[in-house]
Amino acid sequence: MLLEVRDLHVEFRTREGVAHAVNGVGYAVDAGETLAVLGESGSGKSVTAQAVMGILDTPPGRVTGGQVLFRGRDLLTLPEEERRRIRGAAIAMIFQDALSALNPVMTVGDQLAEMFTVHRGLSRRAARAKAVELMERVRIPAAAQRVRDFPHQFSGGMRQRIMIAMALALEPDLIIADEPTTALDVTVQAQVMDLLADLRREYGMGLILITHDLGVVADVADRIAVMYAGRIVEQAPVHELYKRPAHPYTRGLLDSVPRLDRKGRDLYAIKGLPPSLLRIPPGCAFHPRCPMARDVCRTDVPPLYEVSPTRGSACHFWRECLDGSAGA
Amino acid sequence: MPEPSLPQPQEPERAIAGTGTGAGMDLAAAEAATVGSGETGRPAGRPRSLWSDAWHDLRRNPVFVLSALVICFLVVIALWPSLIAPGNPLHCDLARAQDGPSPGHPFGYDGQGCDVYTRTVHGARASVTVGVCATAGVAVLGSVLGGLAGYVGGFWDALLSRITDVFFAVPVVLGGLVLLSVVTSSTVWPVVGFLVLLGWPQISRIARGAVVTAKQHDYVQAARALGASGPRILLRHIAPNAVAPVIVVATIALGTFIALEATLSYLGVGLKPPSVSWGIQISAASPYVRNAPHALLWPAGALAVTVLAFIMLGDAVRDALDPKLR
Repeated sequence: MLLEVRDLHVEFRTREGVAHAVNGVGYAVDAGETLAVLGESGSGKSVTAQAVMGILDTPPGRVTGGQVLFRGRDLLTLPEEERRRIRGAAIAMIFQDALSALNPVMTVGDQLAEMFTVHRGLSRRAARAKAVELMERVRIPAAAQRVRDFPHQFSGGMRQRIMIAMALALEPDLIIADEPTTALDVTVQAQVMDLLADLRREYGMGLILITHDLGVVADVADRIAVMYAGRIVEQAPVHELYKRPAHPYTRGLLDSVPRLDRKGRDLYAIKGLPPSLLRIPPGCAFHPRCPMARDVCRTDVPPLYEVSPTRGSACHFWRECLDGSAGA
Repeated sequence: MPEPSLPQPQEPERAIAGTGTGAGMDLAAAEAATVGSGETGRPAGRPRSLWSDAWHDLRRNPVFVLSALVICFLVVIALWPSLIAPGNPLHCDLARAQDGPSPGHPFGYDGQGCDVYTRTVHGARASVTVGVCATAGVAVLGSVLGGLAGYVGGFWDALLSRITDVFFAVPVVLGGLVLLSVVTSSTVWPVVGFLVLLGWPQISRIARGAVVTAKQHDYVQAARALGASGPRILLRHIAPNAVAPVIVVATIALGTFIALEATLSYLGVGLKPPSVSWGIQISAASPYVRNAPHALLWPAGALAVTVLAFIMLGDAVRDALDPKLR
């Protein structure tokens, strides 16, 4: 296994109290595999990624438990200097908004070249040549001229390509893409996703795709992990999950996607709001919003039940949910 | 190639956006046209960074040009006063005390019979030295301490903030009277040291704020995620984005320091005779101001013009670096 997150706990100490952002998340990605981590804002999907990368803001954030095994080594126990060498070189990250994730006062060429001077000790000239090569790889037209441009001179899609180029620079084993297409136009979204998928295949990397967009996931992901209130509520191969969700939250998400064959009807919405991380409901965190909730849901936290060797659901009544989905 | 920047890379995306519907195509074309016309106002060719952008604005700003010329002139005469005033500023003739202008002595004589013109020109050196050295000291000390405190945060940040509060509570003139009255040296260095001591908290506060703001930007986290080390992040990613406000405040402070040097010298605790400085001249001339106003007006005028030039320069630089403040 390339990356395995085990029982990860992260909390944030705030003035109002301790926010439990991640409560025992576990997922795994193999080389060449794409795992989509799906969830609403505040579900802990980005925080998990930050903890894996080791770029959590501490304080106020703090990893309070769990393991992050990268090629069998627990990253959380490594000294900072060693972790720094892994960041960018072995695990790289793509950020949501490329305009703010690129330094406005450095040319994109300098920022790309920095990857090579920092990690590989290349000369400025050699690094610059590599930068142009990378920009060509992510299909930026006239890369040799544009290498001296500043981030604000690129369009949104082009900027995101540069972000991708930076992440790819050292041919990492794993890329974590945190909502890489959220800030882009729909048409550009598809191009950037395709590019990312192509490059992932070409390099044979593992990819963790963090998103709240169900549409983005379907085409590129192999497996999906759905997060809610800092926990994984369902994990499954992508097509099985779409066909027969085994958790009422997943079903709610899928039902709230607009569909052409239901035109004219009211769009389904999961009632209520995601819980405050300061006061996560006891038992199953989803119970106040769940249409199938019973007494046991209010008291007992559901473990991740094994639905099949490749699937898991954290619902006491996953069987019912699965059958209900089949009927629907 | 006249415009290698904006329109070009958008073409492939636009083309795809346009293929679906005719309306999309028109929209893309219209947008491309506006982008193009917006570009024509700018000089084509090399893309512009914050600094070249600021320089572009500054060159067209008459306030900047005027104050820069005054400052250049001032620096030249501070370095080589004999260029325009070949006389000895310490050569005085009591017989001509308080005399008015005469050929070869356009500003007349002061109460000790010294040539006001020569002394005013030679006085620029003290003012410029104090201003430049104090500003350099304050900028280095303040931005290093403030920048580190802002970057590290936590305990050290809180400690530094309290220390700056203490310094802000010290009245400059009173502090100068107390601290500098024990110094016997007649060079500019005690004054420079005192101004740095009292001036750094201002810059450190600005630098801290700028670093705290820059630190929160996504690109800093991105740099961390891509494996940049702490010092590298601070120097390459945070510092260049935080330096602008420090430069602005430092430029304005330079004028203030020159005025403070004159104030302290006037009070007798700054530079001391036989040093030549505008503050000493003003101090010496003030008892005879009714009989020989020229002995006071010329150095005072030089001081006012110098301070004004630096403050105007600072304003112009601020407008250029941060147009939002205008």
